[in-house]
Amino acid sequence: MSENTEPRPAAAPDPDRLPAAQATAVEPEPLEDDEAFVTSLDTAGGAHQPSAVPVSTQSGSLPGAPEEESLLRKIFTGNGIVTILAVLLALILGGLLIAMTDKVVGTTAGYLFARPTDFLTAVWSAATGSYVALFQGAVFNPRGAGVAGQFAPLMETLTIATPLITAGLGVALAFRAGLFNIGAQGQIIMAGILASWVGFALHLPVGLHLLLVLVAGVIGGAVWGGIVGVLKARTGAHEVIVTIMFNYIALYFLRDLLDTDLFQRPGADTPISPIVDPSAAYPLIFGSQYRLHLGFLLAIAATVFVWWLLNRSTLGFEFRAIGANPKAALTAGINVSRATILVMTIAGGLAGLAGVAQVAGTEKVLTDGVAATYGFDAITVALLGRSSPWGTFAAGVLFGAFRAGAVQMQIQTGTPIDIVLVVQSLIVLFIAAPPLVRAIFGLNPRKKKAATAGKTKQAATTGGAA
Amino acid sequence: MSTTATSPVQGESQPDKGRRPAVSTKPVTWKLPVTLSVLATIAFIFFGLLGPQANAKFGVSSGGDFFQLPAIDVPAFLSGMVLSLILLGLAGYALVLKAKKNVRPPSWLPAVFTVVFVVAFLIWVVGGARTPSISLAGLIAGSVTLAVPIVFGSLSGVLCERAGVVNIAIESQLLGGAFTAALVASLTHNPYLGLLAAAVAGALVSMVLALFSIKYVVNQIIVGVVLNVLVSGLTGFLFTTVMQSDPEKYNSPAELPIIDIPVLSGIPVIGPILFKQSVVGYLMYVAVIVIWVALFKTKWGLRVRAVGEHPQAADTLGINVNATRFWNVTLGGAVAGIGGSFFTLVAIDSFTKEISGGRGFIALAAMILGRWNPIGAFFAALLFGFADNLQSIVTIIGTPVPSQFMAMLPYVVTVFAVAGLVGRSRPPAADGIPYIKG
Repeated sequence: MSENTEPRPAAAPDPDRLPAAQATAVEPEPLEDDEAFVTSLDTAGGAHQPSAVPVSTQSGSLPGAPEEESLLRKIFTGNGIVTILAVLLALILGGLLIAMTDKVVGTTAGYLFARPTDFLTAVWSAATGSYVALFQGAVFNPRGAGVAGQFAPLMETLTIATPLITAGLGVALAFRAGLFNIGAQGQIIMAGILASWVGFALHLPVGLHLLLVLVAGVIGGAVWGGIVGVLKARTGAHEVIVTIMFNYIALYFLRDLLDTDLFQRPGADTPISPIVDPSAAYPLIFGSQYRLHLGFLLAIAATVFVWWLLNRSTLGFEFRAIGANPKAALTAGINVSRATILVMTIAGGLAGLAGVAQVAGTEKVLTDGVAATYGFDAITVALLGRSSPWGTFAAGVLFGAFRAGAVQMQIQTGTPIDIVLVVQSLIVLFIAAPPLVRAIFGLNPRKKKAATAGKTKQAATTGGAA
Repeated sequence: MSTTATSPVQGESQPDKGRRPAVSTKPVTWKLPVTLSVLATIAFIFFGLLGPQANAKFGVSSGGDFFQLPAIDVPAFLSGMVLSLILLGLAGYALVLKAKKNVRPPSWLPAVFTVVFVVAFLIWVVGGARTPSISLAGLIAGSVTLAVPIVFGSLSGVLCERAGVVNIAIESQLLGGAFTAALVASLTHNPYLGLLAAAVAGALVSMVLALFSIKYVVNQIIVGVVLNVLVSGLTGFLFTTVMQSDPEKYNSPAELPIIDIPVLSGIPVIGPILFKQSVVGYLMYVAVIVIWVALFKTKWGLRVRAVGEHPQAADTLGINVNATRFWNVTLGGAVAGIGGSFFTLVAIDSFTKEISGGRGFIALAAMILGRWNPIGAFFAALLFGFADNLQSIVTIIGTPVPSQFMAMLPYVVTVFAVAGLVGRSRPPAADGIPYIKG
């Protein structure tokens, strides 16, 4: 029954047919079809698997494939280079955008042909000025008071990265099982609601209180994610639609709660909850001079957990199997429904950890902005991290740095924070389309091979789709 | 709902006709009858048994009408009882059909059920308010106004998804349209150029979606999600750097006038809805009809739907699958862009950050509830506009219903719809699957 509501399996092209068909398509016009070939390799998963997530976002070894082959394939397809170039390209475009709207650039453009160097200097200083401020706000500030002050931005980066990493892991885990978890936002909110209530309404001893806050938050996120898994498994409802709707339902539910006596701070006019007890807050790792809290260590632990789950456990193998090909997984005796529900539950729980980081770590109260945009940023984090646990961790730190630095950038140079959104989304967009990046930088390694070695291509195609 | 029955692709609303074996051989489930029964029981308890004793007053005429109708005054308790009994009857009929004949209830049943439920709900809300009186004409006119961008957005979704490209990026198309309309209309002092620019901007955003999802075969949902972030960042950045540097010059668009068709606009209730709109409002009606006719009554539409349902077959018959998809997505973006211009040229007279406020996602929901059909999407969007408008009205007249609950309702209904609890929403078969010519 769920088969009928599920759009993908019915019209997915026959997997057996594709490699051969591509080979024939390549022969008549090698140069022309070369690009199409590259794309088909990079996203072969999206093309002929019922999976919603292309292989390019499901890095790491495919089920059963040895680790070395995967690494070789990565270098072969140039993912590492493409990632660096994509970041570079996005930064260049962002810099151009900053320069375009800069006032000095505008005035020097008026006499561009008289003194072009003025114009170019202005463009350069506008873009680099913003990026230097961004770096100083995110990593190292040479004008800080003492070593502690100089490294304060880095600590801030890690603080902001904490919810990004855990929520990103939730999204990444679901990606690996072929599910699009757009619902991290709602899962963070539900976790925030439960965790904050335990935090301010119950008064428990130190240690136990925080543990209970943590458990409540994770359960909140896990249930909100799990419902999506149940709906997907039982009725075939598309998880993208359901998670988007669940984000809104959670937001309005939160706003409604903040209007009630149960959650609104006594005497407050604004929708804000009481402050959580000190016993319910995460302890600060390096003392009160930084905001960095225990949540960051938990984020590292969560990354290790997801790595273990995906690469060392039977359950993780099942997740990856249904991500690669649900039909094959079903044939192999994997309970797809159970795995779908479980993966969404765990993904929700991980996003829930981000909600706990917000109410027990940085915010200490519940407002309707508890999730900020972490849930949506988590999607780009997971995409940039190519859905591998440590990739997601690194991407989370990078985007945390962008966020932390952007605040400083806006203060120093007046460049709006929104530029970070532009750069972030451009990075993900470019990474998702390696042929475009290669074409822009004029390095398409396959171009030369295309004319001479058609056979290696065919081998690579089957290798990529294996 | 006769429109859905005439479309060949919307076969699921028709019980066993043998046209779609995949659907008709499926066992009829208990989901719909049970859901209707639960809803009817809720209605009976709250709207009927626990209903307010006051009279609910609905103003029908507005000041400008050429003849005045008296306000409708209904006893809330009695009408609540009667309407909820009708709901119970409808649910019972659906149960009997399933139990005795094992067939799906006719397609009009959920529609009638929805209308009766909404009316009963409205009487309950108004009857229980501190001031139990609202202007029905104002409520409906306001609903249509709020629905305009949602309708355009859902039409964009229909155009894209009927051709087999998932469009999560409706929000960004609306936002891009709203921004460009404000900018161009401010610079040129001409709202019509703003409208045109909005369509172009929407189309450009959509072209990025088309380029990445068709040429580079990037997953369509990824592109959509990323585009939403990109356009949000881009418009936010330009708003702060350009528009706020000189709001007089860059962000005070000339407004589109409300065109009042004489006499006809004076008809109570429907006059203001149909004959007292801005150009964008009139375009909405035109777009719904044109797109419906084009999709279901023309050769072009048949081709588009073929591409969305079975691209291999379409390709075999000589249709250029990827070109069809590319231009459909672009066209969809233009339609959504026009919808976006409604924010800055009609509703509010300047652009602000995130002015679309998530309506692109409501449009997505409307498209699904409307079963990928322009007319269905139109009515679903009206329902969402109605919920949106009612939310602001209940806070004014003061009812016990929390307004957040009202705001939540459209999303809950959509979840029910995709889960198949209230009828089944089924996307085109090849929706979201890239086509690689082979």
